[in-house]
Amino acid sequence: MMNGSKIKGKFCSAMVSLASFVRFLRLCFMEHVKFSSLLRCKSFGNSEKKQVVQAPDSDRKDDHDEVLSSDEKVTEKVRKRSMNKRRQQTKGWKCIDNCCWLIGCMCSASWFLLILAYIVPVSLPALQGPEIPGARLKREGLVANHPVVLVPGIITGGLELWEGKPCAEPLFRKRLWGGWGSGFTDIFRRPMCWMEHLSLDYETGLDPPGIRVRPVPGLVAADYFAPGYFVWAILIENLAQLGYEDRNMYMAAYDWRLSFQNTEVRDRSLSRLKCQIEILYATNGDKKVVVLPHSMGAVYFLHFLKWVEAPAPVGGGGGPGWCAKYIKAVMNIGPTFLGVPKAFSTILSAEGKDISLIRTMASGLLESELLGLQTIEHVMRVSRTWDSIVSLLPKGGETLWGNLDWSPEEGLECSSEKKRHLQAESRENNTKISEEMSPSQVKHPKRYGRVISFGVEASEVLSSQLPTISKEFMHASISTDSNTSHGEFWTEYDEMSHESFEKIAENKVYTTTDLVDLLRYVAPKMMQRAEAHYSHGLAENLEDPKYNHHKYWSNPLETRLPDAPDMETYCLYGVGIPTERSYVYKMSPSDRRKGIPFRIDSSADGGDDCLKSGVYFVDGDETVPVLSGGYMCAKGWKGKTRFNPSGSATYVREYRHKPPASVFEGRGLESSGHVDIMGNVALIEDILRVAAGATGPELGGDKIHSDLLRMSDRVNVPL
Amino acid sequence: MALIRRKKAPGSENQGTSDVKITDDDNKKNKKPIQKNKRWTCLDNCCWFIGCICVSWWLLLFSFNAMPASFPQFVTEAITGPWPDPPGVKVSKEGLFAKHPVVFVPGIVTGGLELWEGHNCTEGLFRKRLWGGTFGEVYKRPLCWAEHMSLDNETGMDPPGVRVRPVTGLVAADYFAAGYFVWAVLIANLARIGYEEKNMYMASYDWRLSFQNTEVRDQTLSRIKSNIELMVATSGGKKAVIIPHSMGVLYFLHFMKWVEAPAPMGGGGGPDWCAKHIKTVVNIGGPFLGVPKSVPGLLSAEVRDIAVLRAVAPGVLDKDLFRFQMMLQHVMKMTRTWDSTMSMLPKGGDTIWGGLDWSPEEDYCQNRRNQNHNDTKNPASHEKNSNYGRIISFGQEAADAAALELKRIDFRDAIKGRTVANSSCQEVWTEYHEMGYGGIDAAVEYKVYTADEVVELLEFVAPKMMARGSAHFSYGIAENLNDPKYDHYKYWSNPLETKLPNAPDMEIYTMYGVGIPTERAYVYKLTHSAECTIPFQIDTSADRVDSCLTDGVFTVDGDETVPALSAGFMCAKGWRGKTRFNPSGIKTYIREYNHAPPATFLEGRGTQSGAHVDIMGNFALIEDILRVAAGATGEELGGDIIYSDILKWSEKINLNL
Repeated sequence: MMNGSKIKGKFCSAMVSLASFVRFLRLCFMEHVKFSSLLRCKSFGNSEKKQVVQAPDSDRKDDHDEVLSSDEKVTEKVRKRSMNKRRQQTKGWKCIDNCCWLIGCMCSASWFLLILAYIVPVSLPALQGPEIPGARLKREGLVANHPVVLVPGIITGGLELWEGKPCAEPLFRKRLWGGWGSGFTDIFRRPMCWMEHLSLDYETGLDPPGIRVRPVPGLVAADYFAPGYFVWAILIENLAQLGYEDRNMYMAAYDWRLSFQNTEVRDRSLSRLKCQIEILYATNGDKKVVVLPHSMGAVYFLHFLKWVEAPAPVGGGGGPGWCAKYIKAVMNIGPTFLGVPKAFSTILSAEGKDISLIRTMASGLLESELLGLQTIEHVMRVSRTWDSIVSLLPKGGETLWGNLDWSPEEGLECSSEKKRHLQAESRENNTKISEEMSPSQVKHPKRYGRVISFGVEASEVLSSQLPTISKEFMHASISTDSNTSHGEFWTEYDEMSHESFEKIAENKVYTTTDLVDLLRYVAPKMMQRAEAHYSHGLAENLEDPKYNHHKYWSNPLETRLPDAPDMETYCLYGVGIPTERSYVYKMSPSDRRKGIPFRIDSSADGGDDCLKSGVYFVDGDETVPVLSGGYMCAKGWKGKTRFNPSGSATYVREYRHKPPASVFEGRGLESSGHVDIMGNVALIEDILRVAAGATGPELGGDKIHSDLLRMSDRVNVPL
Repeated sequence: MALIRRKKAPGSENQGTSDVKITDDDNKKNKKPIQKNKRWTCLDNCCWFIGCICVSWWLLLFSFNAMPASFPQFVTEAITGPWPDPPGVKVSKEGLFAKHPVVFVPGIVTGGLELWEGHNCTEGLFRKRLWGGTFGEVYKRPLCWAEHMSLDNETGMDPPGVRVRPVTGLVAADYFAAGYFVWAVLIANLARIGYEEKNMYMASYDWRLSFQNTEVRDQTLSRIKSNIELMVATSGGKKAVIIPHSMGVLYFLHFMKWVEAPAPMGGGGGPDWCAKHIKTVVNIGGPFLGVPKSVPGLLSAEVRDIAVLRAVAPGVLDKDLFRFQMMLQHVMKMTRTWDSTMSMLPKGGDTIWGGLDWSPEEDYCQNRRNQNHNDTKNPASHEKNSNYGRIISFGQEAADAAALELKRIDFRDAIKGRTVANSSCQEVWTEYHEMGYGGIDAAVEYKVYTADEVVELLEFVAPKMMARGSAHFSYGIAENLNDPKYDHYKYWSNPLETKLPNAPDMEIYTMYGVGIPTERAYVYKLTHSAECTIPFQIDTSADRVDSCLTDGVFTVDGDETVPALSAGFMCAKGWRGKTRFNPSGIKTYIREYNHAPPATFLEGRGTQSGAHVDIMGNFALIEDILRVAAGATGEELGGDIIYSDILKWSEKINLNL
């Protein structure tokens, strides 16, 4: 109470002083305005009489003449002389002084407020949020049990400079990516230099000569992406409540631009991860490790699981029992197991609508070429050197993602909130309602299988009505068009002729399989480089020795889970947010011959939630569709399947999105956005319980809100 | 427009009235313009002033930002001539490249500590640095800070409800505070020849704990072991180069014994672990035999220029302000809970550090004098040697008197009276309050303390602290190293009570600065001023122009913190060749760096400094390290480089080898 009244007093005094500031400000302005405006008014004024009178001493004109009443003319001269004196006196307080004064006022006011903010104790009752889940669970008696390994995803990990060109001299060991602090101004001053250093070599996918950019190690690598924009920080804070610290928590930072195997080749990241897991296991009393991969980290860790048990030259040489010995659970958060359709649009036209990459690189400037920035071209040029983006392409081809006429999601809701609310009550008991409701949707089925269509009609018509143009052209060699006029913005599009673009557009629709072919056609070098590291197929026979190659390790449809029957795999992801699934494209305006030939047709709008500005949406967490995040845990690995020969347990835990109720909540305590989910209270609670020793059934097993099971049943993968 | 008109109206009215006033008809109205002018006085002038400053500040900032990055260098080169290439550039031009993985072991004080769990007053500080960085919290909430930085007085571990942990990674000790580099320059130069995170490792540990407790609490030693193994494995079997600095030297000595010791107490690496994984240990400014400075640090918190006080209480050391004394006692209470401070007490006792009337460095001052005035009154100044062996003397006479003239009353059996002022001093408890005046006087009556007796004095003055410390550290000299008692970990960090590992191919360097007066012995006085203060103080009035006594401190050659004897003796004699401390005959090299202060302030802390921390930016030292990391051996570097009289002093020490 004492505190409260004191604070109130302080606020009062602050308000009073602010008010007086404002008053001064107004006075200042009034005077200023008066002088200048009146001077102007006078020249337009039609009181010629006075002008005549004043003509001789025109240099001493002032506004007061205007208001002079005629009977006071007698005293004019005296007055003018005295006014002249006054003017000279006030002349010192003209424009610049007023500016200075104003700035001074603002500065001192802001300082004052700053000091106030410092003095006010942090624990103001109004600012105190609800108790964090870690504190609550601690009171329940949970303590740190299993060591925890965090595997960050694409984009969110920090990168720092170790060696660079002269233009980057002052950035040594500063962040080039993520967690920008003081170095950001340096980046802003030379964006080209920055882009150059973030790029990799187009041929090898490794460092360009003379440049070394390396991942930031430690928890700071991905706790905050930018100041105030948390990624792992909240989870770390909650874990710390249970007693976690550096001793039993490890951030497996890796260079997310590289292909997974190259992180080992260049930085030994996989070996380090293996060694750290072994240390954590040994120094914490032989407790197995709980791994928390996020986003692309899930695929990275899948790669690791295969790598670590593979024999030495390519693999880690841990032997076949390694995972069983060291890993208790893998809790994938927002996993991109089967890829994200967004990756196509990113590679094709750098238009991943809301991948934070683009957001940060070019908010708003994207559409404007007025400034000659060609931001998109730059983004595309940089991002195409990153192998890891290819790892996000949809996997499993048409079997998983649908073909021209069919897709697993068709007829289901594209996460319209209305339906969710209707169903919310009866949801738990029966899923029949959704089946009953779905026929109403059938009348206008969305053909999500056509991941890219040129024109809205092409995305909707029956497949028989589509023009049948042979796709053979994609296997032909490229007719090179050697206009090197804009050589600086080099993407592989520049090597192609306009005719090939038109051919591509004529073909109208592309499924995932076609799109991979298309990418091979438009960006042959990139795909050649990347496909040495990734595969996007569906294995017929997993016994085939070719699957021992590391390029299959990150594709859950072409690898088996390790032989670890006690290991648990969780898929934790958000639902209830429209997520990009397929796109309507158009040719870029033909006057722009250079740069990127295609773009999303943002005029295409379906009138409902499912098609908006050229993008078809399905349910998901804004980045990863439900199918990609949940299919493997819901079906592909459920029970003993050929992908999961040891029958290790899998659990799906979905978190329904609920936007933050007020601004004070920040990014929301129950948000399920791809990154925001890391602050989701329910998710954090699940993770803490598992880290403290709980198993899947103790958590409550599966928790599914979406139509995942029906989608999965429609997918016809032999198991 | 309407708005402007409206604004105009009152103004013009105003002017209208002012016209009238000029006619001198109405004196009353005269006041209005004057008032108006008055408004532009004090407050407005202030605002105006601040505004001007802000604007010019922004302008400067803007022009600074717009300035090309090479501009400061250009200016400096214009003034001082071209800069020498940094050693990294120089060495990489020679074609040297990263070869051996490198491990840094930071010293005391320089490593960062961050908060993982705390009391209510630390709200918002989760995972923020309590130590290192800006030290903002010291000023904002000093008592809270001191409370969290303290360890438990009984166990020497975390107090309940508080978890302060070392920062990990290279950031742990690259900069101590903003702009004050520790390892950063060395790291930058190593990066020039191709080093990066994967082959550099900062073995950060909680420097407040005793060495063995870092393993008990954080498993730090196990982590270092695993990380070295990992780096050796991933860099194709190349052995590691270890670079400990300051107390890190002792820590790594402890590690080398720990890693080969069998499992429950040790790391279980087997007897050839060091031979397999370590190429070289490059000790920088290593206090192998302790530092005399740690004695006054524990006795009266007057570590004159260790960064502790620098950071906590800059400048006002001698002012007897009440607040400051309180702070000093809080600091003392805090530092006394840190076991690690006891690892640096002088080791080897009188044998190494000298007795009442002799010390290895006794002719140092004289030589320096002779050098200074080569031919003037040589014999005259011969009379007074500095009695460095008397590490603490009460009163200047005691420091100067011949051994026979000293009258000493033994303090060991003195009765400690309960102190009168218990209640008022509760808040800043130090063990002095349990001694009472009787105990304090008894300590003073003994007059003079040599290295052996200093340990006893501390045991007398602060029995609880020393009991805690002696479980982890030992300060003696081993008679027989094969005695099984030396398997206990408390001997592992004392080079005089352990054997080096069996690794004949390993090399040990000791690199340190010389040419800076370094604290070696102290003249103390008793202060009875207030009841809650520390009863002993360095007698800053003790001063002798002709010898090395200034402000109550005797100085010898060294790097400002570590005397050359402590840093150099083991490599110069104790381990040289095959001795009982070095049974496998590991090669040792001494590399001294003569201190040269920075020529201009533009050089910052200098590229030829020999000071304890600043030496980390010494180009010659960095070049040596780069060459070693790139594969050079001691012979290729050029063997020993010695400026001081370390060899002569070592000769005087009569140690059984």
